Amino acid sequence: MGWEMTASLVVFFALAGLAVIGAVSLILQKHPIHSALSLIVVMVALAGLYLLLGAEFVAAVQIIVYGGAIMVLFVFVIMLLNAGVEEQTSISKLAGPPGLLLVVALAGFVTATIVRTTAGVQGSSQTGAMASTSGISNMLFRDFVYPFELTSFLILVAVMGATVLAQREKP
Amino acid sequence: MVPTNYYIILSAILFGIGVFAFVFKRNIITIFMSIELMLNAVNLAFVAFSQAWGKLDGQVFVLFVIVVAAAEAAVGLGIIILIARNRQTLNVERVDLMKL
Repeated sequence: MGWEMTASLVVFFALAGLAVIGAVSLILQKHPIHSALSLIVVMVALAGLYLLLGAEFVAAVQIIVYGGAIMVLFVFVIMLLNAGVEEQTSISKLAGPPGLLLVVALAGFVTATIVRTTAGVQGSSQTGAMASTSGISNMLFRDFVYPFELTSFLILVAVMGATVLAQREKP
Repeated sequence: MVPTNYYIILSAILFGIGVFAFVFKRNIITIFMSIELMLNAVNLAFVAFSQAWGKLDGQVFVLFVIVVAAAEAAVGLGIIILIARNRQTLNVERVDLMKL
């Protein structure tokens, strides 16, 4: 039992370190295509963390939809627009240090609040991962069936909006 | 078992990095990517709490968040293409049509 605990902790810290390094690299990279590749690293690391949490279906969806579809869309647009190296004016460089301070304060405050209010919550005894995928499909098509149907309208509206926005204007 | 708090702390760190990237980066595509990073951080908190309480509601919410993020990416990238076509730039400081 103790060995298993150590092993999952090692995996957690490896994946968490990968995610944080990828997120910092998203800020430090100057070219948007490098930022996009860093974001893909973050998403794959998060998919590994979902597997560690016993959420296999969410991990698969994360890889397929985020790492696949959305990031391919981003890379496609970056290459379509031929985006170059980012230019920083002196004023926007000046905003760095105070912004960093405020963000550290924000993350610290959020962490402190959540950790304080969830001090009593301990990881449940992982009841065989509760047959995760079939449980999700049961909830999605019984309890959440109206929101699920509404998302199809949302996607329809998004597709129409993207088509109207990106089409060339008629002469 | 990794304590739930570790996941929450990682989620807060990733969210903070996303906020910083959102205010610091000047390229409109990178700003859009930092929004996706923040959504991912929230998803991690959802799944961690879902496992902590042994209920699947959190994972269902994550699926809805991913659907909304996909729709948002489609519309947002359409807007970015429109801005790039009209202003010939991706720098947000040069998109100042409504500035006095």
